[in-house]
Amino acid sequence: MGLLNKLDDPYEGGGIVLGKVEELLNWGRSKSDWYLHFGLACCAIEFMAMNASHFDFMRFGTIPRTSPRQADFIMITGTVTFKMADRIKILYEQMAEPKYVISVGSCSNSGGPYWEHGYHVLKGIDQIIPVDVYIPGCPPRPEAFEEGMILLQKKISRQAIFNKRKRLGTE
Amino acid sequence: MSEKKKIDIEYSQLDSERMRINVGPQHPSTHGVLRLEVEVDGEIVTDVVPHLGYLHRSFEKHCEYMTYPQIIPYIDRMDYISAMNNEWPYVMALEKMLDVKVPEKVEYLRVIVAELNRIANHQIAVATFGLDAGAFTPFLFYFRDREYIIWILEKLSGARLLYNYFRVGGVAGDVYPTFKEECHDVIAKVRKTNAEVMNLLIHNNIFIKRTAGVGILTPDVAINYGCSGPVLRGSGMAHDLRRDEPYSIYDRFDFDIPVGKGEVGVVGDCWNRNMVRMHEMEQSCRIIEQALEQMPMEGDVTAAIPKRIKLPKGEIYSRAENPKGELGFYIVSNGTDKPERLKARGPSFVNLSVIPEISKGYMFADLILILGSIDIVLGEVDR
Amino acid sequence: MTAQEIFEKLRTEAGDAVIECVVQPSYDPFIRIAPQAVFDICHSLRDDELLAFDYLMSLSATDLGDDLGVVYHLYSTKWKHKLVVKTQVPKDNPVVPSVERIWRSADWHEREAFDLLGVRFDGHHNLIRILLPYDWEGHPLRKDYRTPETYHGMKV
Ligand code: SF4
Repeated sequence: MGLLNKLDDPYEGGGIVLGKVEELLNWGRSKSDWYLHFGLACCAIEFMAMNASHFDFMRFGTIPRTSPRQADFIMITGTVTFKMADRIKILYEQMAEPKYVISVGSCSNSGGPYWEHGYHVLKGIDQIIPVDVYIPGCPPRPEAFEEGMILLQKKISRQAIFNKRKRLGTE
Repeated sequence: MSEKKKIDIEYSQLDSERMRINVGPQHPSTHGVLRLEVEVDGEIVTDVVPHLGYLHRSFEKHCEYMTYPQIIPYIDRMDYISAMNNEWPYVMALEKMLDVKVPEKVEYLRVIVAELNRIANHQIAVATFGLDAGAFTPFLFYFRDREYIIWILEKLSGARLLYNYFRVGGVAGDVYPTFKEECHDVIAKVRKTNAEVMNLLIHNNIFIKRTAGVGILTPDVAINYGCSGPVLRGSGMAHDLRRDEPYSIYDRFDFDIPVGKGEVGVVGDCWNRNMVRMHEMEQSCRIIEQALEQMPMEGDVTAAIPKRIKLPKGEIYSRAENPKGELGFYIVSNGTDKPERLKARGPSFVNLSVIPEISKGYMFADLILILGSIDIVLGEVDR
Repeated sequence: MTAQEIFEKLRTEAGDAVIECVVQPSYDPFIRIAPQAVFDICHSLRDDELLAFDYLMSLSATDLGDDLGVVYHLYSTKWKHKLVVKTQVPKDNPVVPSVERIWRSADWHEREAFDLLGVRFDGHHNLIRILLPYDWEGHPLRKDYRTPETYHGMKV
């Protein structure tokens, strides 16, 4: 996006690129996201396949972290039950700002196949934490994971870091 | 064993304090959302209390609201690593109750897909077990190969992981023209990788040091705890439902039942349990080869599927050999198109209950290996 | 041994506590026993040389309307025969002796039956919920179960 396009620009030779600091920072942020993988059910197996040889999730610059305090985003893959819901909330609260959430699979989007009679299934993770990207599917194909990641990167690279309040018009 | 003893003695001379440590529910090496409450004395595990239910998805309640064919997708989601094998005992139970005759071609197709799925399951099991012991490369090897198996199953059923392929009296999709060649191809790949992993991981000295003689499960204890599958066979009991109680057409194939022999370590330890899985992959390859040879290529696979399924009043317990052990379904029918009660007896659920018994007295790091060697899937433990 | 033979053998040993043996189409043949005698009969089922049911395949509880049923599926690795044993207890006082000391695998099965259907197993060393959270109310697999509106402030 923004910054990289300018590198191709023939008019600004000499290795100098003009751009906004914010763009530079966002570019860096979006291309190196560390994530807390919250594997819960079947979707997590598909995510394991996504991490392995054929699809290689790490080429998006992502590195799995085991601690929420080092993670930029959390990937909720699978069915969230009530017994688990409290813990997810705690983990989310431990993450440092800015933080993002990807909800993977119908189950964490809306309860999925268990939405009707699942007395012990949370009907959508967005009831307890805010979600940035929803990836549909039961389970989503690895290609869908890729798209979800690209969408998150897009979102991050468009965000305002400086004067956030002014831009959002809350001042 | 002697080495273990030595460690014990050294430790007993140290000043140590009892501690309770919480492992999980979200922990990279617990193979899902299992929570273990571990009591340690220094580094030695003195007690393990598993806490389940973090993935309790109300499967049995759902079954009471669903018609019989609608339940099949939920059964996939129980043991999501080996979905094909899961559907089989359930479909078999319905066929027995309804007295449906399954066409020859379907039987062969079922055997092939189930064995392919068994290989895929064991690949994940060995790969993640390797990860637990600190070996990352087998993981990449096996996931590369597993993908080829998935492609075949995907072409047949349309899904990558949860297939919904078995139907009462048939299967959902017919074979495609290049099916046989692709299967042979995959078998060759599986064998090649297995040979590589044998050198790289199984007979690796570090791996042997970590796993041999750890988590010993004797056959009596295993039977008393109801263990089945590679866990029981690793203890030297040749108990396999495909042989003991041949369902479908398993009596037509020539295959061995691998058991833990204790070439390395002691019979019933982690290494032997894992080795059983390695050998089973080879046996599955043999079964697939024979099935491919005998399978008739013509015929419709969906012809015998009844339009509406209504079971007579009655009860049935049907079981089959899942990659993880004996999977059973107890179905109570009240004469309508929905079951009155459906109870699933998951092999992982029962196998996991042996953990407190076999992990006492070992190091804390060994506990993770013991858990990995049992190969559980939490979807089935919690249902 | 078939279920009928086992039934006759048990009948001579345990008397009236072994109620009947049902063999009918579309049922696995089963033996019905009185709930008080569960522990003793199961003990002899396991320890008798000719029966040797050393493997508890499954233990399930069912809701039968006014009663709660408990079903034991047994298998013998020695003789390779199977048996279904059933018993039932009234819903207002569902107490069945625990067989956990006979087959250790019954431990978790019984906890599950307690959790989902509320059968109380007498003599179990640690009869607490296994799948649902410890503060959950009710037993969801009972037919008259009403799903609660909320749990810890989350909508069910
Ligand atoms: S969305 Fe489907 S595949 Fe994913 S966890 Fe839920 S049931 Fe499993």
